[in-house]
Amino acid sequence: MSLQDTKPLIGRVQEVGGLVTLSDYEAGGGYTAAQKGLKQMTPSEIIDLVREANLRGRGGAGFPTGVKWGFAKGEPQTPGYKYLVCNGDEMEPGTFKDRYLIEFNPHSLIEGMILGAYAIGAEKAYVFLRGEYHEPNRQLARAIAEAREKNYLGRSIFGSDFNLDLRIHLSGGRYICGEETALLNALEGKRGQPRYKPPFPPASGAWGRPTIVNNVETLCNVPAIIQNGAQWYQDLGLTEDAGTKIYGISGRVNKPGLWELPMGTPIRELVDDHAGGMRDGYKLRGILPGGASTDYLVEEHFDLPMDYKTIQDAGSRMGTGTMILMDDSICPVDMARNLQHFFAQESCGFCTPCREGLPWVEELLADIENGNGKDGDLELLDQNALYIGAPGNTFCLHATGAIEPLQSALKYFRDDFEHHIKHKSCPYRKS
Amino acid sequence: MATIHIDGKTYEAKAGENLLEAILSQHLDLPYFCWHPSMGSIGACRQCAIITYSDENDTRGRIGMACMTSVTDGMRVSVEAPLAKDFRSTVIEWLMENHPHDCPVCEEGGECHLQDMTVMTGHSMRRYTGTKRTWENQNLGPFIGHEMNRCITCYRCVRFYDEYAGGTDLAAFGSRGRMYFGRFEDGTLESEFAGNLVEVCPTGVFTDKPFAQSYTRKWDLQSAPSICVGCAVGCNVFPAERYGDLKRITNRYHGELNGYFLCDRGRFGSHFVNHEKRIKHAGVRTRSGDYEFGDVSNAIKVAGATLRDGAIGIGSPRASFENNFALRELVGAENFCTGIIEAELEVIKTALDVISRQGIVVPSLKQVEDADAILILGEDIANTAARTALSVRQAVRTKSFEMATDAHIPTWQDAGVRGHAKSEKSALFIATPATTRLDDIATQVTSGSVSELVAFGSSICTKIRSSTASSDDFAGRVASTLRTAKAPLIITGSSLQSIELVQVAANICFALQEHDQPSSFLFVPAEVNSVGVSLLEGGLSLSTALQRMEEGKAAVVLENDLYFRAPAESVDSALGPGNFVVLDTLENRTAEHASVVFPAATYAEQTGTFVNYETRAQRFYQVFNPQDEIAPAWLWLSQLAETLGTGATWESYASVLDQCAEHTYSQLREIAPSSDYRIGTTSRIPRQSHRYSGRTAMNAQVNIHEPKAKVDTDTPFSYSMEGQNPGDQNGATIPYVWSPGWNSNQSVFKFQQEVAGKLAGGDPGLRLIESNGAQLQYFDVETPELSRRDGSFEVIPLHLVFGSDEMSNQSWPIRARVPAPFVLLSQQDATNLGVKSGMGLKVEGITESLEVQVDSRLPSGVIGLPQGLAEIPQREIDRVHLSVDQEFVVRTNVNPEVIAKG
Amino acid sequence: MSTVELISPLTDAERNEIEAEVAHLPDRESAAIDALMIVQKHRGWISDESLRAIAKFLDMSAATLDGIATFYNLIHRQPVGRNVVMVCDSVSCYVMGADSFAQKLQDHLGIKFGETTRDDCFTLLPIVCLGACDRAPTMLINEDLFGPVTEDELTEIFSRYS
Ligand SMILES: Cc1cc2nc3c(=O)[nH]c(=O)nc-3n(C[C@H](O)[C@H](O)[C@H](O)COP(=O)(O)O)c2cc1C
Ligand code: SF4
Ligand code: FES
Repeated sequence: MSLQDTKPLIGRVQEVGGLVTLSDYEAGGGYTAAQKGLKQMTPSEIIDLVREANLRGRGGAGFPTGVKWGFAKGEPQTPGYKYLVCNGDEMEPGTFKDRYLIEFNPHSLIEGMILGAYAIGAEKAYVFLRGEYHEPNRQLARAIAEAREKNYLGRSIFGSDFNLDLRIHLSGGRYICGEETALLNALEGKRGQPRYKPPFPPASGAWGRPTIVNNVETLCNVPAIIQNGAQWYQDLGLTEDAGTKIYGISGRVNKPGLWELPMGTPIRELVDDHAGGMRDGYKLRGILPGGASTDYLVEEHFDLPMDYKTIQDAGSRMGTGTMILMDDSICPVDMARNLQHFFAQESCGFCTPCREGLPWVEELLADIENGNGKDGDLELLDQNALYIGAPGNTFCLHATGAIEPLQSALKYFRDDFEHHIKHKSCPYRKS
Repeated sequence: MATIHIDGKTYEAKAGENLLEAILSQHLDLPYFCWHPSMGSIGACRQCAIITYSDENDTRGRIGMACMTSVTDGMRVSVEAPLAKDFRSTVIEWLMENHPHDCPVCEEGGECHLQDMTVMTGHSMRRYTGTKRTWENQNLGPFIGHEMNRCITCYRCVRFYDEYAGGTDLAAFGSRGRMYFGRFEDGTLESEFAGNLVEVCPTGVFTDKPFAQSYTRKWDLQSAPSICVGCAVGCNVFPAERYGDLKRITNRYHGELNGYFLCDRGRFGSHFVNHEKRIKHAGVRTRSGDYEFGDVSNAIKVAGATLRDGAIGIGSPRASFENNFALRELVGAENFCTGIIEAELEVIKTALDVISRQGIVVPSLKQVEDADAILILGEDIANTAARTALSVRQAVRTKSFEMATDAHIPTWQDAGVRGHAKSEKSALFIATPATTRLDDIATQVTSGSVSELVAFGSSICTKIRSSTASSDDFAGRVASTLRTAKAPLIITGSSLQSIELVQVAANICFALQEHDQPSSFLFVPAEVNSVGVSLLEGGLSLSTALQRMEEGKAAVVLENDLYFRAPAESVDSALGPGNFVVLDTLENRTAEHASVVFPAATYAEQTGTFVNYETRAQRFYQVFNPQDEIAPAWLWLSQLAETLGTGATWESYASVLDQCAEHTYSQLREIAPSSDYRIGTTSRIPRQSHRYSGRTAMNAQVNIHEPKAKVDTDTPFSYSMEGQNPGDQNGATIPYVWSPGWNSNQSVFKFQQEVAGKLAGGDPGLRLIESNGAQLQYFDVETPELSRRDGSFEVIPLHLVFGSDEMSNQSWPIRARVPAPFVLLSQQDATNLGVKSGMGLKVEGITESLEVQVDSRLPSGVIGLPQGLAEIPQREIDRVHLSVDQEFVVRTNVNPEVIAKG
Repeated sequence: MSTVELISPLTDAERNEIEAEVAHLPDRESAAIDALMIVQKHRGWISDESLRAIAKFLDMSAATLDGIATFYNLIHRQPVGRNVVMVCDSVSCYVMGADSFAQKLQDHLGIKFGETTRDDCFTLLPIVCLGACDRAPTMLINEDLFGPVTEDELTEIFSRYS
């Protein structure tokens, strides 16, 4: 049994002990899924298979990928009319899985994109890559050149009549460009402000054409699904959700890192077994389970399995599945300030609550942290959180994401906030 | 239609429109910023929050933005729910964090949408304690002031300037809480629609700079409904006065014409009213050549003596219909002249003939916006009738709305529509001598001399008529596009003074009609009342009148600087000293030679009628009482008639109007209510606002007694704050817009039947010519003689939005935008002559050397000469020789007056 | 009116690289960000003159292009030193002591965030999460990623750049 049977995403990376080159990839059965898809399957069959496999988007929202592809189904009006875009922006603090996939297994992304593009009828595809991702960029560019050389990309791929041109767009750097409609504006060379939905990208996306945007990890899952079938993929998951997930942990653990594990692996197992437990002298207090824009989970949640539904029921989100651990040496108020600094900085500036509300929140938090908190500040924070955070109050979900860690911090660590205000100082400061 | 429930009450709304529009159309109050009735919704400000409920059992509902919500039948919403109100006041609190609270020194104060919305939401206590962000402002040129600290980041400015009006030099910079709206660097905003930023910006970031020079709060301005005198579109405006000065012009909404926007010639072109060269007294020329003032009756006597043996009456395309009529009454129809030169008058008459043909539709600007294929033949409309060009800019979006509808994107979802259509546009073909400011949105452009343009038009016509129309060449492509369009439109005008051009444009319309296509014909005349004066029967051309004067006939010249319209030589030889009388507003070259001058009122100081390009007659009302001896021209003419014992005399405007309507068009009485129109049974409509201040003190340096308000016998308005301006009165009688809680121009929705629809009391004006039923008949267009290339150059008149209009040229802000004299040259001719842009050329017959501007579209053998610049005198269109001026130094147009005013 | 515009013309290399991007885009303006990044790669930052030149090359207005340039974090509209040091200030690094690391780094270089060393060697900027959270605290110097970095390594690391 090969590692790839249980770890379709990075099993091969582990097998070869690092970068999976084209020959490594081919030796592990690479590009046979693409060949199978293009030669033996119709686009609809691929979409149906992905839907049956219950692959959910790994970009944060968890939207079923097959369903999304179905929105852009149908014959292309003109060749190359549609676009497939891979979202490789990965700027969510605490998230480092897409970098790893692109840097070490670039061909699996390319193969996933060939299948995705074929399924929706796109003859042009882009990888929207973070501008700071220099090494992943080099590896992906090289892999694309190799694939072109081998005619895995280009005209009449595998002798079929399917053509695909795959390009990298390097981002100018803005967290909001990870939001799929802002990404499309950025791809078009514009200011990366989000667009209103509807129209959704599958109806009108890049340059006004039907466009599917998928996360890197999402697309990397596709070749194995095509190769091994929907049932196999479903069976990989421990709970309701299918497949594997790249989980990551950062913070004061002994072995921070990434692991591909069955969907639904319990949090405790991730922290204790895979990350080697907390470092000596530190106690785990809270977890942002899926990146900076998710609600805290606390002690009572640590035994839960990490899957979409369970974490949502616990009041948070799976998000990117890469967790940030807050230990007991960290001041929750100051950590909230750090988070809100990020979100205020990265607001695109389009809508009022996010543009004006988040800097105010950041200032309030800084005041409280620095011992300048006043009575009423918590109420102000509550009100801002309520009105900035509710989906629909802002133009896009950036601000909603920003408020998730804040509102849960206000809920779980309220004593800390009150203490700061009452004693006009931060108890976590050493001096 | 859809039934919607708002706070438990039931209303009818249009299914699919956005909820904010629906709510405002019911005249309910709901705060907003980023939405604009002409620009649609983007959902940026989040101010228009309401609660939507999923059904009648849903008691919680959720916050949604009204402007981004489609009206659906049976929907339930709340504007008044506490959650919605609290959210809206929080939005204001956010917007106010960094706002400087500088209302007392802000030009917007008192008519500020941000102030209104702040009060409306109830936000009043500051809780944000941080440091406010501050910005450096830019010098944006003579029209627009800039104060970025007041910005609330609603994006309206860039959306208007770039997306709606096609400007390229204003942008949104930065991101997050540090958004800046301005230019790449200091400098004059290039677009001729920049002035609208003043009204589009909901706070005081972009302000009217000339107005700020001698500022008055909105509540202290006196105003009346009026018509812009800048060009023949007839945009509706509010001129506003204080202390005898015309302070500013703002847009007066007209559903069919200008809508919410004006051009900058209109907005900033009226300061001639306050010009130091105003003629304020009747004067008699003495032997020394100076004028003697002070004795009106003597002036009338001397004038009577001048005119005793009969006279020609030279009218004017910038004088009101009534004043021209009064002149005609004085001199008799056979002696009445339109004041327009022969070539132009013929063009206008031909166009009026076309308009009266059966089936020819003259589109309002609103209708222009619905066209899906447009051919512009010869006329540079961005310069001659700029507001029309703004509508053409919207017309090319017709296709994007179709595409959006197909993709189920609501047409009000502005960013969605634009993003989906990208650069797809409806067809716009432009055939003009040189580059135009609409070229950027044209499907295809072509250039040519006048005769080449006529030939091009003829070819289109032939191809439409021939059943084998193919789109193998440009003319063929235009022909087949027009033939298959849903709403084709042909635009031409008088500026090239080519009768053949108008004839071929008409022939194209006729050809379309033969194919059962609708045919819209938009003819652009030159001046505010070019059409009106041409409709006065029997009017001679200026050329004929000058000839008669040369033969010894005396003349009365009404509001017309003849040097502006006719070649100097012919005017010089026609105007013998002492053989004519002038009635005008500003001293000018013509008045210099008159035996008597009479101070005529400007449009702001009298009541009258102008007839626009559509033949729409519109009333403009006196805004304020003129100073000194200034009086409407008809009153002077009446006095002359009395002295001479010929013609008619009148005591009031009503009596002139009455007789005028009787002798010309009876509709003139109906275009606006008569002077006894009242709100309710007794209320006049006030020219002054309900907060007008200082009425007992504003003349205190002259007289400590409160002056008695002048009784207005001419109009239904009062010269005071007494009366009512309810909003639903006759649409022609709205003196300003103001509504409880809505102190800014945004209050206009309270005066409309529905948002962006007709005014509640109807859109003003009536067309004097509707089809007379005459069948189409092709003009036999004379095969144009193609220009000879004998080393001389064909001269094409260039019209400039700033510089080619007689009166706006005298408005100091506009003067700052009038270019230094130049000659437009083709690339090839420039190469042949060895010159580049910025070098100098001598043009035969013009004393000053002109700066070369090379145009990429102008055909060789043709040069363009700007009209209306003092350095380039009016001349017959002819051919000239050119020579290079090696000594030439570029002149920058430094206007001392402007520098003095800062 | 003719105004003399300050434009520093694009080099052949820059033009070729930009054209290569334009070639696979629907219109020239779509290459705006690519073009800014390309020119920045050659010149270190985007001056007003460079910006005008790019705008002209892409047939767009300088205002629109600057609106784009000022939106993105990675486009420098002010001069930077020969090497740009970007230090992650996001949450994972924060948890691992990024704030005190950043303080030490500033002390080490003798400049604050947003400043350039007097010898023009280093410009110090904060950056959001570099996607290497398991190696916190992290920093990027030009195209080289470092993490986890400790104060002790700074001298050695910076000595690699001139
Ligand atoms: C503020 C914001 C930032 C986002 N950043 C990313 C990102 O960096 N990478 C990503 O894949 N998805 C990101 N997303 C989610 C995308 O909008 C989109 O849902 C995702 O790319 C879809 O891919 P999937 O269906 O494969 O998950 C972000 C969303 C928001 C609201
Ligand atoms: S919530 Fe508003 S300001 Fe924030 S990123 Fe989204 S659109 Fe921009
Ligand atoms: S008016 Fe509705 S969001 Fe601005």
